[in-house]
Amino acid sequence: MKTVFKPTAGMVPVDTSYCPGCSHGIAHRLIMECLEERGDLGRTIGVVPIGCAINAHHFMNVDMCESTHGRAPAIASGIRRVHPDKVVFTYQGDGDLASIGAGEIVHAAHRGEKFTTFFINNAIYGMTGGQMAPTTLIGQKATTAVYGRTVEQAGMPLRVCEMLSTIDCAVFVERVILNNPANVRKAKKAIHTALDIQAAGLGFTFVEFLSACPTNWGMAPVDALKWVETDMAAYYPVKNFKKPEGY
Amino acid sequence: MSKLLMKGNEAFGEAAIRAGVKCYFGYPITPQNEVPEYLSHELPKAGGAFLQAESELAAVNMAFGAAAAGGRVFISTSSPGLALMQEGLGFICSTEVPLVALNVSRGGPGVGGIHPSQADYTQVTRGGYNGDAKVPVFAPATIQECVDLIYECFDIAEKYRNPVMILADAMLGQMMEPVELPPKKEITPVDQIAREKPWAITGTAQHEGRNVIYSLRMQPDVLEQHVEHLFDKYAEAERELVRYNAVGLEDAEVVFVSFGTMSRLCVEAIEMLAERGVKAGMIRPISLWPFPNKAFDEIGPKTKLVISAELSMGQMIQDVKVAAQNRWPVKLIHRTGGIVPSSIEITEKTLELLKEVQG
Repeated sequence: MKTVFKPTAGMVPVDTSYCPGCSHGIAHRLIMECLEERGDLGRTIGVVPIGCAINAHHFMNVDMCESTHGRAPAIASGIRRVHPDKVVFTYQGDGDLASIGAGEIVHAAHRGEKFTTFFINNAIYGMTGGQMAPTTLIGQKATTAVYGRTVEQAGMPLRVCEMLSTIDCAVFVERVILNNPANVRKAKKAIHTALDIQAAGLGFTFVEFLSACPTNWGMAPVDALKWVETDMAAYYPVKNFKKPEGY
Repeated sequence: MSKLLMKGNEAFGEAAIRAGVKCYFGYPITPQNEVPEYLSHELPKAGGAFLQAESELAAVNMAFGAAAAGGRVFISTSSPGLALMQEGLGFICSTEVPLVALNVSRGGPGVGGIHPSQADYTQVTRGGYNGDAKVPVFAPATIQECVDLIYECFDIAEKYRNPVMILADAMLGQMMEPVELPPKKEITPVDQIAREKPWAITGTAQHEGRNVIYSLRMQPDVLEQHVEHLFDKYAEAERELVRYNAVGLEDAEVVFVSFGTMSRLCVEAIEMLAERGVKAGMIRPISLWPFPNKAFDEIGPKTKLVISAELSMGQMIQDVKVAAQNRWPVKLIHRTGGIVPSSIEITEKTLELLKEVQG
């Protein structure tokens, strides 16, 4: 009988700890499928963040390490110095990357570090229970912005792709959205392209995933996916910001 | 082997190269700048990687990544920089990753100053990290001793899978002394790392199973068990890593306890006191943690006074009192803020204190 589907060997065959409707599971699977398809599972080293995805090393079937909060790009820079020929990635949420780790991601990009960062943007702190993130939208409610974020109090949400794409040595910067099967396929293509460019040693590569956090948004999973599409994508345009010639 | 006249900080960098270091990470801070400056041009020549980090926070985490991936890693900083690295050091203790950190210390608190100081004693022996962890600390008194300790400490760090710290100070970093450099060890080739360090994250094709280096333990009983495991290692360190130098304890009236730069002045003061008819001895802790408590058992029956001589407001004196166990009065001779007293000042103060206790 012809096999039409099998789970990727890139994922450890256990249930994840993520909430129903959370986008982490999709993002994990896409990245791991890509690494499997490339034959890279045995030569990949990943760094997980502080946040919900600290648990990713229970699910991603490659060598991994945890990180102090926000410092995954520094850690990956160190790993890269020892293993110049392996596949190296960081997987970070928006509290981790855009707030406490804003310095490390900018400088890793600035140095043109030859690893890939997968950035899960769900506009909120997940693991700690729904506090405002730098990416929280204006008007969006959070446990530290109970009447909704205001510009006066917290400024505008940080657009990370837009910021990183101004950096010369960040050679591939793309924002994708995990709201429907067609866009999930597009996201997978962006992951492959980022890994192609990493393998070619051209510079820093970055993929942002607009993601849902139904639990902390207080929404049903289907409504959360709609909100990603309508509200998040309106402020965070889904597109390629930058790629090297020929990719 | 012939000796070279070298500046301390450059000799410390060269010692790391000789120890087969693969990676160095650091951020500019006085008075240790010659360490990264020297390694920026010499480490790549030796086949290693130099990277100037954007901050001490980044530097210590780069070091964690490189060490978790199996590289031999060296970092250096000075006091306020070490304060920034403390979270990383605790994390590295928790994840059981080896590296060697050099602190060429300066005055504090805060930005403080840039002159020789030992006011980091508490910071290095107790740590500024959260949780239950320990970092073995060695305090050399000469450039040669510092070179030899750096060279050796990589093996200690790898044996214990824990960071090891060297506490130098601005005097040792900035002065020049003749030094004999140890032979060069080769950097472990990348394809040999998994054989030497089977726990390292090198890619699953390199080793059995899957390696994950982690700190988070959500179940209290699991975390407690892990911390107890760490403390089994620290108990072994307390048995194996105690080092000190003791002189003239048998018939000393007064015993100095002093390390690093201050201990060199005490050596001079001991000679001056002898000229004044007072026999003095010294315990020079080389390991600050574990503290050489057992050295105090060598103190003879004539001792009337133990003096903790420090370049701080008196931090080591707490450990000295614990080690002395009320067997002798313990007094302090100190300067701080970057001032190094003269041996004459130490001598006069010692005679005053002696008169006081003889009352």
